[in-house]
Amino acid sequence: MEKKSYTISVYSENNLGLLNRISTIFVKRHINIESLTVSASEIENVSRFILVVQMTEDAVKKIIGQLEKQVEVIQAYYHTEDEIIFTETAMFKFKSELLFENPNIQNIIKEHNMNIVTVNRTFFVLEKAGRRHEIDLIYNALKPFGISQFVRSGRVAISKEAMNIRKILGEIV
Amino acid sequence: MSLKTERIIGAEAVVKSLIEEGVDVAYGYPGGAIMPIYDELYKYQDQLQHVLTRHEQGAAHAAQGFARTSGKVGVALATSGPGATNLITGIADAQIDSTPMVCITGQVASHLLGTDAFQETDVISISSPITKWNVQVTRSEDIPKAIAKAFYIAKSGRPGPVLIDITKDAQQGELDYRYQKCTHVRSYKPVPETNLEKIKQAAEVINNAKKPMIIFGQGVILGEAETELKDFVEKSGIPAAWTVLGLSALPTSHPLNVGMVGMHGNYGPNKLTNECDVLIAIGMRFDDRVTGDLNKYAKQAKVIHYEIDPAEVDKNVKTEVAVLGNSKDTLAKSLEFIAKNDHTSWVNEFRDFDKIEYEKVINGQLNPTKEGLTMGEVLQGINKATNDNAVIVSDVGQHQMMAVRYAKFSNTRSNVTSGGLGTMGFALPAAIGAKMGTPKRDVVAVIGDGGYQMTCQELGTILQTGTAVKIVVLNNEFLGMVRQWQQLFFEKRYASTEMTNPDFIKLAEAYSIPAKKVSKRENLQSAIDEMIASDTSYFLEVMVEKEDNVFPMVPTGASVSEVRLS
Repeated sequence: MEKKSYTISVYSENNLGLLNRISTIFVKRHINIESLTVSASEIENVSRFILVVQMTEDAVKKIIGQLEKQVEVIQAYYHTEDEIIFTETAMFKFKSELLFENPNIQNIIKEHNMNIVTVNRTFFVLEKAGRRHEIDLIYNALKPFGISQFVRSGRVAISKEAMNIRKILGEIV
Repeated sequence: MSLKTERIIGAEAVVKSLIEEGVDVAYGYPGGAIMPIYDELYKYQDQLQHVLTRHEQGAAHAAQGFARTSGKVGVALATSGPGATNLITGIADAQIDSTPMVCITGQVASHLLGTDAFQETDVISISSPITKWNVQVTRSEDIPKAIAKAFYIAKSGRPGPVLIDITKDAQQGELDYRYQKCTHVRSYKPVPETNLEKIKQAAEVINNAKKPMIIFGQGVILGEAETELKDFVEKSGIPAAWTVLGLSALPTSHPLNVGMVGMHGNYGPNKLTNECDVLIAIGMRFDDRVTGDLNKYAKQAKVIHYEIDPAEVDKNVKTEVAVLGNSKDTLAKSLEFIAKNDHTSWVNEFRDFDKIEYEKVINGQLNPTKEGLTMGEVLQGINKATNDNAVIVSDVGQHQMMAVRYAKFSNTRSNVTSGGLGTMGFALPAAIGAKMGTPKRDVVAVIGDGGYQMTCQELGTILQTGTAVKIVVLNNEFLGMVRQWQQLFFEKRYASTEMTNPDFIKLAEAYSIPAKKVSKRENLQSAIDEMIASDTSYFLEVMVEKEDNVFPMVPTGASVSEVRLS
């Protein structure tokens, strides 16, 4: 079976140590987590993990079973990229003089609709939210100017289908 | 439950909570970070017996043995740091064998967490992958709730070990104590809902089968479904084989009990796994020691899986119909839809293979013509002395496979062994707990000379508690199972498997345990009889053939139908 990129969403209680439990499920099976985001969800005290992994569908189904087996996991889902709306955020830091010395940077900022987060005498910071390949494209375009810092967030994603977590929590009671 | 609260310290709350959960025995070892709890155990010793083991690993295994025979939750206590890490092997064992256990560890005071304080170790992180649930408690008032939740999680659904790490300041601080048992955790669904349609679908497949075969595992024992299994087997007329951990859920003598599957299982059930048309798996998980090469495992069969843990369904073997739920409920419900049937000619195919196995393997074990004693005849002697009624606690290795192959069982919860993790050193401490879990029964620990020396310090626990455990060491002066593999697959290069052993009789006598050594066949049965008749603990060393092998054998990577008889 062919490996594909899957986005895994895990709804869980907001408890200390759960991140460790979840990551060990992947480590135990020698699976690399390409991206990880943990945040609050739409429900109070319920956290949401978003993980991106390259796996076969058969293997990802088994991982979902192992995730749901955790006492503090409410529900876990997996999705292909066409089943979700997703994005990542990247930030780039440059020396300030570049902004004035090199007009090409300004063109790239305009071309990609990038936000200028801050500008001061010594540095400026650009920000862009988008898909992985868009950010890769911008990174390659900006690289020749000398990026002094670059960071990219993990993926955040929202599923097209309903998740019904409130209903599940209600049912479990 | 009383609505009144009382002002007590955290350590007393721990002990009172344990008593509320019906705990009357706990195994453990004191140390700095858990001293306040031990101080309370001293005060409550008339209600809760604490058994001092000689190593924390022994405490964990004793708690497991207790849980396995009693069906209750085993409890182990240890201090922080090395105390906690010494529990880890037992916790991992309990996790893979689904044994309900609550471990309580002391932890350094909360203001010292993360400072590399004396005997500080991050036991929550260490134990996360091998516990069903764990939690660190840093506030006294959180103790009763954590313990209530721990017992609920350990026992419900597919059982498992839970660890509670309690900082010393939480043990010493005061709280308003009131105990309330936990009956639900909102994110946790212990038993999946059973779908009646699946029960009907499964029954239809089973009713239409020509050559159906059952493999049952520990899920039957954990679900207390022994009667339901027996009814199911008898009504359907289907031959039933078992995994190592399923052993004793159905009496060995039952006419439809066709023996063990897997690496050292019986010839018939292994061969016929690849000939049956419907394979009915009940509370088992298709471990690699059961299946051999999955690509050549029961490919011709429709698989029906009765299972409590949804994560086990389709994990190793694809199912035709999965019936989720507790085995007691699902088997009882299935019984309504299962047709009364008879598969005599198919059952006879198993019996034909039995004859071949008897001739090629079993006869040589039970009626040996060579001078050296065999492990099989020792087990047969134990069967005879106990009327197939003993609890057999085995360690790991050749003697373990011989024990599960040759011991006979009339009652459930009688086979205690480390199946999934294969922990050498398990048997002696587990037997102590097993005996305390069922004090009226004969508990016989069958151990190899290798595994015995991993935890033989627990003889001290037997001495101090007076627990009447019967210990049989089958001594071949080798790490026998590894030696067998070296013989078969490494051209007899016996790398580090030969053992120069101490005088085991003197060792037992040093702990005031009556001891006897047997090397000759004519002395064997009388020595076993004397051991079983003894009111106290007893140590019997049997010198067995040095280079005997366990057969049948499914070599690693082979198919179950490629099972070898020699």
